[in-house]
Amino acid sequence: MSAVKKARVAFFDFTCCEGCQIELTNLGQDVFLGLLEHIEIVEFREAMSEQTKERIDIAFVEGSFSREADRARLEEIRARSNLVIAYGACAATGGINALKNHTTDYKKFVYSKDANMPHLDSHNALPVSAAIKVDFAVNGCPMDRNEFVYIVSHLLHGKTPVIPNHPVCVECKKRETVCRYHLGDHCMGVIARAGCNAPCPADGIPCEACRGFIDQPNEAALVKVLVEKAGFSNDRAKNKSRMFTANLRSDVK
Amino acid sequence: MSNDMHIRVHHVTRVEGHGNIEVNVKSGKVEKVQWSVPEAPRFFEAMVRDRHYTEVARITSRICGICAIGHTLASVKATEDALGMEITPQTRKLRSLLKHAENYDSHVLHVLFLVAPDLVGAPSVFPLVNSHPEIVKKALRLKRFGHEWGAAIGGRTTHPNRVVPGGFSELPQLRPIRDLREKLIKEVVPDLKDILDLVLSLAEKFPSFNRPTEFMAVSSAEEYGLYDGAVQTILPDGTKEQYRTADYKKYTNEYVVPASTAKYTKNKMGSYMAGALARFNNNFEMLRPEARAVAGQLGLKPLCFNTFLNSAAQVVEIVHSAHEGLRLMEELIAGGFRDEAPVKPTRHGAGTSAVEVPRGILFHCYSYDKNYMCKGGDCIIPTNQNHANIQLDLEKLVPELLAAGKNEQEITLACEMLVRAYDPCISCSTHYLDVKFKRIKRIPDTF
Repeated sequence: MSAVKKARVAFFDFTCCEGCQIELTNLGQDVFLGLLEHIEIVEFREAMSEQTKERIDIAFVEGSFSREADRARLEEIRARSNLVIAYGACAATGGINALKNHTTDYKKFVYSKDANMPHLDSHNALPVSAAIKVDFAVNGCPMDRNEFVYIVSHLLHGKTPVIPNHPVCVECKKRETVCRYHLGDHCMGVIARAGCNAPCPADGIPCEACRGFIDQPNEAALVKVLVEKAGFSNDRAKNKSRMFTANLRSDVK
Repeated sequence: MSNDMHIRVHHVTRVEGHGNIEVNVKSGKVEKVQWSVPEAPRFFEAMVRDRHYTEVARITSRICGICAIGHTLASVKATEDALGMEITPQTRKLRSLLKHAENYDSHVLHVLFLVAPDLVGAPSVFPLVNSHPEIVKKALRLKRFGHEWGAAIGGRTTHPNRVVPGGFSELPQLRPIRDLREKLIKEVVPDLKDILDLVLSLAEKFPSFNRPTEFMAVSSAEEYGLYDGAVQTILPDGTKEQYRTADYKKYTNEYVVPASTAKYTKNKMGSYMAGALARFNNNFEMLRPEARAVAGQLGLKPLCFNTFLNSAAQVVEIVHSAHEGLRLMEELIAGGFRDEAPVKPTRHGAGTSAVEVPRGILFHCYSYDKNYMCKGGDCIIPTNQNHANIQLDLEKLVPELLAAGKNEQEITLACEMLVRAYDPCISCSTHYLDVKFKRIKRIPDTF
C-alpha cells in the first residue's frame, strides 16, 4: 500500500466565510486521519504555512469570484492543478454573496463617501467557473461533510461522483419530516437540489436551496406556491430565491 | 552586516481571511510597519435589505464560518430588540449553552491547530500528525466534541439552523445533551488536562511583550459575559466604565487613517483590544474556579498587557466554557424542556445587540419596517476593532526586536505570531477601508 502515491490536495479561498474549510476539522479524528492516509495536503493557507511548487492533483477552491484582481490567482491555480473543485456554495454558484447582484448601490450603501476607493473593486459575485474551468462542485452552505468524503473518494478512484438531481422534498418525505407548508411556513425544497438529507426543514426552518436548483427548475411554480400556499406578497415571493440562488435565476444578468 | 530589512508577509497563514504585514528597515531604523487587509469586500449590510426578519440571521451568519454561532446570536438579539420580542428563560439558557460551545470550539481550533505549531517550531499541524500523533488525535477529538456540542443545541455549528428570532425553531433533544455530558466528563476533561500540560510545558515560548491598552468586553454581574451583558472597558489603571449597547457608535468610533488599509476603532486611548484577553481582563472574577486555577498555572493575571498571551487567555476560557457548559447541561437534564414556540414581533423599528464571539465583542444593528422587512444593517466585527491595536502593537514590537538584535527571519516570525495571537477573522471584517499608501514596491497580487 505504501507504494501508492498519495494524491496531492490543496485548498484555496476567495470571497467567502471559510466555513467550508472549518467543516474539515469537524470530520473527527477517524475520518480526518483516514483521509490523510490517501491524500497529502500540500497547501492550505488557513491551516498551514507550507506551500508547494509541485503539481497539485486536486485543488479545492472556496469562495466566489467577485473582483477582477482575483482572476490571475484563479488562473494560476488552474494551471497548477489537474482537477479544480468548486468547494461550497460560494464557489459553486456564487452563493449568498450573489444576494447583492441585482442591486447597483451596494457599495454606496455600505461605504457611503468611501465607496469609490480602489480596494472596494467588486463586481457581481460569480461562481469560480466564471473565471476558470471547474471540474466538479461540492454544493451547499456549508458543504456537506459526508458528500465531501464521497466526492474525494470517487475522485481518488478515478470515478465520477453522482450528485442528486431531485428536489429536497424527496429527502423530507424519506425522513418523514412534516412539510413546512403544512405548518404554515414556506420552503424552497420543491426546486432545491437534494443531497444534504434535508436538515433544515427537520430543524424547523425552510429550505433555501443553498445547494442550488435542480436542473430545469420551475421558478414560476415556486413563486405561485409561495403566494398561494405561504401567503407571500408577490414581491417577496419573487425575491425569495435570491438568498442562495441569485445566479441560477432565469433573470440573472 | 546589512542594516536594511524589507519584510513582506503576503497573506499571513494560519489565520482566517487575508492579511499582510510589511516592515521596512533602513540603516537599522524602522521606516514603516504596516498591517493591512486585502480581503474582498462582501457588502452584507446591503444584502439584508428587503429581507424578512426571519431570514436576516441566516444571511449574516454567513459573515463568518468560524463564529457563525456568534453572528447568528448577535443577529437574532438585535432583531428581537428591534421588534420587541422578549425571549424566555429557557431560550436564554440554551443560547448561553450554545455560546459556550462556540467559545470552546473556536479556541480549541485556534490554540491547538493554528498557534501550537509556532510553539513547537512546525509550519503547521500536519507534520505533527507523525511527530506527535497522540496530541493530534486528542486535539481532533476535542475539536470534534465542540462541533457535536454546537450541533446538539443549534442543529449545526457552521451556520446553526435552529436559532431563530424569538427562540428556537426546533428544541434540542435531551438524549444528545446527556451524551454530551457523559463525554465531557469522561473524555474532554481528561484530554484537556493532557493538553494543558503540553501548553504549560511550552508556556515559555510565548514571547514577552507589554503595551498597556484599553480592553472592551461584554460584562455581567451574573456570569462571565459572553451571550449577554453590558459593554464594559477597562483602562490600564484598572478603571472600568460601562456603556449602553445602543450607543455602540459612540465608543467604537470607526475612523480612517491615511496610512492604513483598515477602518480603525478607538475609545479612550489610541486603540482598544477585543477578544479573550479583553474578557479575561474585564471579567476575571466571574471565571469559574477551575479556569482561574488554570490561569494561575499559566501565570496569567489581570491586567495583562502581553498580546501574545491572548492564546493563553483562550486556554483559560476553554476550561471555563467546558465547566460552565457542563453546569448548564446538568440544569437542563434536571429540569427538562418546555415546548415553546418562538415568540412573535410586537413592534417595529431599530435594534442593537452586543455578543462576545471568540475573537471579541460583536455588534449588530438592524432596522425593520412595519412588514418586518429589514431596511438596513450595521455589523461591527471584533477583528475590525483589533486592527488599530494590532498596528500599534507591531509599531512597538518591531523596534524592540531590532534593538534586541533579532534577524529578519526572527522578526518576521514574531510579527506573524503577534497577528496570529489575535486570532484574526478577516473574512468577517466587512468594514475595512483601503487607503492608498506609499508602497516601495507593490505587493504582488499573485503568490
